[in-house]
Amino acid sequence: MEKIAEEIIVNNRHGLHARPAAIFVQIANKFDSRVILEKDGEMVDGKSIIAILSLGINKGMGVRLIVEGSDAQTTFEELKEFLAKNDD
Amino acid sequence: MIKLKGIAASSGVGMGTALCLGREEFTVPKEKISHEDISREIYRLEEALIETRRQITTLQKKIAQDLGFDHAKIFEAHLLVLEDRVLIEDIIQQIKNKKVNVEYAFWQSIKKYIDALLKLDDDYLRERVVDIEDVSRRVLRKLLKKDVTNLGDLKEKMVVVAHDLSPTQTASLPKENVLAFVADVGGRTSHTAIIARSLRIPAVVGLEVATRNIKSGDRVIVDGSEGAVIVQPTEKVFKDYQRKSERFVKEMKAITIPKILKAKTQDKRKIIVSANIELPEELPLIEEYGAEGIGLYRTEYVFLGKRQLPDEEEQYRAYVNVAKKVAPSSVIIRTIDIGGDKFLSQPQVPKEMSPFLGWRAIRFCLAQPDIFKAQLRAILRASAEGEVKVMFPMISGLEELTEAKKILEECKRELRREGKKFNESISVGTMIEVPSAALIADALAKESHFFSIGTNDLIQYSLAVDRANEKVAYLYEPGHPAVLRLIASVVKDAHNNNIWVGMCGEMAGESLFAFLLLGLGLDELSMPPPSVPRVKELIRSVKYEDAKLIAEKAVRLSTAKDVERYLQDELRKILKDNFERLVMT
Repeated sequence: MEKIAEEIIVNNRHGLHARPAAIFVQIANKFDSRVILEKDGEMVDGKSIIAILSLGINKGMGVRLIVEGSDAQTTFEELKEFLAKNDD
Repeated sequence: MIKLKGIAASSGVGMGTALCLGREEFTVPKEKISHEDISREIYRLEEALIETRRQITTLQKKIAQDLGFDHAKIFEAHLLVLEDRVLIEDIIQQIKNKKVNVEYAFWQSIKKYIDALLKLDDDYLRERVVDIEDVSRRVLRKLLKKDVTNLGDLKEKMVVVAHDLSPTQTASLPKENVLAFVADVGGRTSHTAIIARSLRIPAVVGLEVATRNIKSGDRVIVDGSEGAVIVQPTEKVFKDYQRKSERFVKEMKAITIPKILKAKTQDKRKIIVSANIELPEELPLIEEYGAEGIGLYRTEYVFLGKRQLPDEEEQYRAYVNVAKKVAPSSVIIRTIDIGGDKFLSQPQVPKEMSPFLGWRAIRFCLAQPDIFKAQLRAILRASAEGEVKVMFPMISGLEELTEAKKILEECKRELRREGKKFNESISVGTMIEVPSAALIADALAKESHFFSIGTNDLIQYSLAVDRANEKVAYLYEPGHPAVLRLIASVVKDAHNNNIWVGMCGEMAGESLFAFLLLGLGLDELSMPPPSVPRVKELIRSVKYEDAKLIAEKAVRLSTAKDVERYLQDELRKILKDNFERLVMT
């Protein structure tokens, strides 16, 4: 079982709110791996829109993305690309 | 009688008896369950989630059909909540561990999340809370078997009044029984407003105090074009509005002349009758009412209601979409008219004493070159994809026009350097809406490809009348000889300099004045789409030579009342039996 964890700066212009949060959850749910987002010591399920919204992540904030499972590598890469993408 | 002012969200007039939707308060019973009941409660949860999901996807399909796929995304967050693992797990744990009924467990979990989201103090998230509450109430109604909401009371035609209408509520109302919508909250771009427009139901939102001033059973008038709601109107006001409403309905239905016929007088003078457009969902109306392109495309919608300014790409996509939809006709894109009563989220603009005389429109743009240039570049790039013209609002002197044109040239140079395509000879127009501009139109004409007279502001500035102020609103008279003389001199200056001149104010869509404007020599009239067929038919029924003589005489009269009476008398003689239908409706 592979586990990857990395600190990522969120560059998406709306942070992880509204539609970006919905897209993040949709990507995460394509994969089998467990996805966890951690901000200021609080860890939430990355496949839950409600949990992600409750973190209140704005552009420029750092989050820790933790992915664990058989397809961890691809899951991690896709999610990281989405978070770090600057769509301004 | 009380008159309430709100935001015009969907045009038309709706009048009738009010039905107030209370804030739906649920009493969620807490019940202890036994160990054997656990699986039954979990089964009920699953059933409710599946059933709600089915309802929302049905709504989503309906919206996608009516409004396009993009708008259907409104319900994306709704669906994700129904599938949310953390939420569902939380509810199941409560049922199992605390041995409580599913309704109670569900509501406790939802409340926990909503409270957490509200603490974040963020406008975007607050909107999401509305979605989560909306979908949760639907699930709860299923669980409580209160499937018949209070909207079920809507068995006859009524005006629906609510503090807030959720998107799913709006979309699932029995449309045939809704005369109009009234809501305390919301804006012109809120989901509810968008849906109301697609259903063609008049709506006024953002009234703040509507639910406090209206009781179920009250007689109300909803003017979705003006953004006004009148509670318990006097008999006279009610009758006036009845006429206005009938006229609107008639215009929506009675397209009496084939769309392809041009606005040509009997002595073969042709003028362009085009449409004023603000929102993307209004675009189909161009074709529907047979308008010849867009004489005024307001770009504020692209900017307002956004957390961040739209960048060049986002604007480019919006403008190209419009250009392609009106092709082969043209679209006149007006650069943003911000200030006055419309503001952006950023930059923050300090409150002004007289906002309509303050930092707005071209004055704002010239001071914010980055914002201005992004828009001009987007418009220029769109001009490669269709017949696009650009127009500057609120020009009060020649310097502003030359400065704006200088920035436009700068943008052209940049685009050339970057190898991006645009129409090198794009038409540049000046909006004539400040009296000083009207008086130096000869100078402005030498620097413009066309003029468009914006009468709403021109009347307000030349007569010094704030139309929103009820005490002086009676002084706002489009037929005032001072206004007509300004218009006549602008047309003369334009034609002496070989440029064409149009009008994009409300005045252009009123039959009586459309006839006068034809006579004054206007080349184009741009108006709300539903007015187009009537004005076209009117123009096809008259002679330009007659209109010219009558207009020349009208501008020499002394009062607005004299002008209107004179025009009515003359038009009645010309139109005979068609007068009532084309002018007085």
